Amino acid sequence: MRAIVLVVLFAAPAMAQQQAARQAAPIDITGQWVAFVTEDWRFRMMTPPKGDYTRVPLTPEGRKAADAWNPAADQAAGNACKAYGVGGIMRIPGRLRISWQDDMTLRIESDAGMQTRTLRFAASAPSAAPTWQGDSRARWDVANRSLRVSTTNFRSGYLRRNGVPYSENAVITEHFDVAPHPQGGQLLVVTTVVEDPRYLLRPFIVSSHFKQEKDGSRWNPQPCVAVW
Amino acid sequence: MRRGLVALLLVFAASAASAQPNLGPGRFEFDGSWVPTQSEDVSNDTVPVDYMALPLSEAARTRALSYNESQLGMVERQCEGWGPAYLLTGPFGMKVSSEHDVKGGVVSYTIAGWEDKLPLVIWMDGRPRPSRYAEHTRTGFTTGQWEDNTLVTVTTHMKNAFIRKNGAPSSDLARMTVRFKRHDNHLLLIGIIEDPIYLAEPLVWTRDFVLSPTALTAAPVPCIVTFEGTAPGNEVPHWLWGRKPYMDELTKKFGIPQDVLLGHPETLYPEYRQKMSERR
Repeated sequence: MRAIVLVVLFAAPAMAQQQAARQAAPIDITGQWVAFVTEDWRFRMMTPPKGDYTRVPLTPEGRKAADAWNPAADQAAGNACKAYGVGGIMRIPGRLRISWQDDMTLRIESDAGMQTRTLRFAASAPSAAPTWQGDSRARWDVANRSLRVSTTNFRSGYLRRNGVPYSENAVITEHFDVAPHPQGGQLLVVTTVVEDPRYLLRPFIVSSHFKQEKDGSRWNPQPCVAVW
Repeated sequence: MRRGLVALLLVFAASAASAQPNLGPGRFEFDGSWVPTQSEDVSNDTVPVDYMALPLSEAARTRALSYNESQLGMVERQCEGWGPAYLLTGPFGMKVSSEHDVKGGVVSYTIAGWEDKLPLVIWMDGRPRPSRYAEHTRTGFTTGQWEDNTLVTVTTHMKNAFIRKNGAPSSDLARMTVRFKRHDNHLLLIGIIEDPIYLAEPLVWTRDFVLSPTALTAAPVPCIVTFEGTAPGNEVPHWLWGRKPYMDELTKKFGIPQDVLLGHPETLYPEYRQKMSERR
């Protein structure tokens, strides 16, 4: 009997997540969000010069890769979305539309680059081949009122538009938080932690913030481009 | 069976309490040394005209463009220090300590000063905010409270000062709200500055820190007034309207448009990027 009690005590939180991620949500991140670019403006709203990797702790191999950036080659090879992959998409100035695809899956669409991410709360088979957005596993951090997302099985991409790289073997973890905005609505803050021993000397951590919008009237889908 | 369950719950409760004494349920340990990750831009104060990524009002822009950094050489201004906004924008680590009452409750947290950054005391004891007419100081008056596992602080009563050291101003009506949120050993700061005089809309900042395994040594260097090139007298160094040099320094270097460098709020949204593309 005691064993049963212990099992129930420890398994209950996991079961709650499994049973109803949508109903168990401690915060609501669904809706329409617009990037509010008050940080890293020069690296996000413009394409920085080649070789400008200020404040990114690159390894020598990472610097070599960044110095070899060739946007024309990327565009020609069908790799124009390298800056819109899971490691960089939250830094792209644009809008996000977040909705529940089903009770166990959150869907994030971006108008910039027209990317779609699916954050799954239930275990699922990995995609057959790596994609720009990879396979994301989500879980609520109920005590912290936050969403934690771990992503694997993605293609290598860029942390910044000018070819600052992350590899396909990086470990990417995100925390989604909300806070009230003084003019009404919410702020969405996405903290992205990229760990990549091949290209990064230490974890690269950035937090990107978005303001909530009332509707989707400013949604403006644009395809990926290798350089602005 | 029931006694066993009660005992089990008591053990859980006791272990949680011993791990985080007096903090209350779900509250994280804030005391310690936090190191900034500095992977996003820091300070933006090395170029005289760089008000990029700020939603400045016209009044702020006018004042910023009259500001001359030689003011810092005036004997009466050398030891002013920088206020709470610099907590978010500066390159400093945070050394946090707490004061407790006789019951062990947290009365206040203090984020130590660092060279020219003044210490910030966060009052946690529920004391009321002073009258709007009360004295305003360089550090202002800050209260904090826990909202679940997030420490929320509000700072008011700051003197007329700066949100960026190159002259972007903040008024004595400014209000700064900061949310401190911990994810593992990473501390996220979400800061919002409201200023009806100098900001066209609230400024939002985020900053990331990681817990340092070694203690930071706070460096509150005592300020000693000395001659720094600005002779005592009646003149306050400034630039007359339209005379501030260096206006196009970042335009020449990186091609950044003037309206961006001057902090126009529309430059903070994706539509502006589209506008820049259309200009080319």
